[in-house]
Amino acid sequence: MTFKLSGTFWASRGTIAYSQAKTVMCMDERILLKGLQEAIRTAATELPVDVVDAISRARDKEESTGAVQLSAILENAEVARRNSVPMCQDTGIQTFVVRVGVKFPLLSSLRCVIEEAVRCATRDVPLRPNTVDPFTGQNPGDNTGHHIPYILWELEEGDACLIHLLPKGGGSENCSALRMLPPGVGLAGVKRFVIDHVVACGGKPCPPGVIGVGIGGGADLAMKLAKLSLLRPVGDRHPNMSVARMEEELLDLINESGVGPMGLGGRTTALDVHIEFAHRHPASLPVGLVYQCWADRRKLVTVDGAGHVEVS
Amino acid sequence: MDTILRTPFDERAIRDLRAGDTVYITGSVFTARDEAHQVLLQAAHSGEEIPFHPEEMAMFHCGPVVQKEASGWNIVSAGPTTSIRMEMFEAEFLRTYSTRLIIGKGGMGAQTLEALADVGAVYTHFTGGAGALAARAIHRITGVHWLEKLGMPEAVWLLEVEKFGPLLVTMDARGNDLYKDLAVLIDDNMKKIYARIEGEA
Repeated sequence: MTFKLSGTFWASRGTIAYSQAKTVMCMDERILLKGLQEAIRTAATELPVDVVDAISRARDKEESTGAVQLSAILENAEVARRNSVPMCQDTGIQTFVVRVGVKFPLLSSLRCVIEEAVRCATRDVPLRPNTVDPFTGQNPGDNTGHHIPYILWELEEGDACLIHLLPKGGGSENCSALRMLPPGVGLAGVKRFVIDHVVACGGKPCPPGVIGVGIGGGADLAMKLAKLSLLRPVGDRHPNMSVARMEEELLDLINESGVGPMGLGGRTTALDVHIEFAHRHPASLPVGLVYQCWADRRKLVTVDGAGHVEVS
Repeated sequence: MDTILRTPFDERAIRDLRAGDTVYITGSVFTARDEAHQVLLQAAHSGEEIPFHPEEMAMFHCGPVVQKEASGWNIVSAGPTTSIRMEMFEAEFLRTYSTRLIIGKGGMGAQTLEALADVGAVYTHFTGGAGALAARAIHRITGVHWLEKLGMPEAVWLLEVEKFGPLLVTMDARGNDLYKDLAVLIDDNMKKIYARIEGEA
């Protein structure tokens, strides 16, 4: 039952076989399982307060069509919270960013506990079964499959663990983009790519949402940084002043476009822009863009070394 | 006063609608995404009869979350999906089945716009992702087809709705298209945006 890194790791067979075999859990694992199920449920049913506030402020600035769309979104969020039902029928691909200490006691069983939480939540919330085998078209019906739920691992010092949930729908994920720009276009070229792409997407990704941008690194790192930037709340500015300025400028320029709520015209196309960066190769200027729809669903599960679980 | 349209829709009432109007609907709706369009068109090609009446119902581009209970299927969350994916099927679908009202999000293309005018139908927008709000107006599920074959999101679900909306008519049967009008305005705004970016560089 030990999990070994080997050639088959890349086919994920080892991890899936391991999870399915794990039917008996110790007390700490069961507590974590409950916490994760609660986090998956509340992520799907409760729109974060920072997003609700941003949409409320945006509604006050919109006229007619835009105001009707934003009011419907706010009313929808309220109905979902009150009745504890998913705010959007697309409950997404279950995605987890795990920042785990190397001495965290449950490190070895973390993957299977997360997978089990996804299975239970799919049945109980319920979530839409959203995992399809690209070759056979089969849907196992429990939101798991090859490499899914998707878990991004970040190893850290210590014995605690932070598990970020980012369930993201297909409509907005389809509006992701990567551009390997020639470095000569500079930051003006980066801005132009971001704005052109967001405007070209129009109403498809359910605006107003959050635009995640990753600049630098290679192709994969730029996309990863763009997605990680979405863990930040609406209104949060990057600690680096130059980056923070570009976030504000891009937000302003995107909202000048007039695409508006749901692509029906108006002043609010994006609620925020978040940028993360990495050093780049001299020959490359990769820009990754990940579009988050208005249903900016985020949750955090914190576990300390003694096994205390908190959902926020 | 809110305009409430009831199924089966009257062709004249539908042709009278203009892009920009807001309506609600009461009556029968069927869901259809990419694969349902394919299945329904294949049925028409092979002369098969289908188990419901698309000409008397509204079509909803939607893959809902549903739950099976002792009393039957229960709708949980049911917002619209992105309609443009269905552009490759929609004109033929409308001409084959004469559905008079489409509910979706994001709008559709030129071929659909032309078919809407031919058939006497409109395309309406429901707020994307507002699945809980939509579910509140869906009173019950009256049937489901091709569930085994297509899975929960892609199956055809038959729904009874009451005052479902607000639905914004964005493409009407007279060739008007709000998305096209807006594109002209956005192009104009983009010129100013580019000038601002270049000005700083």
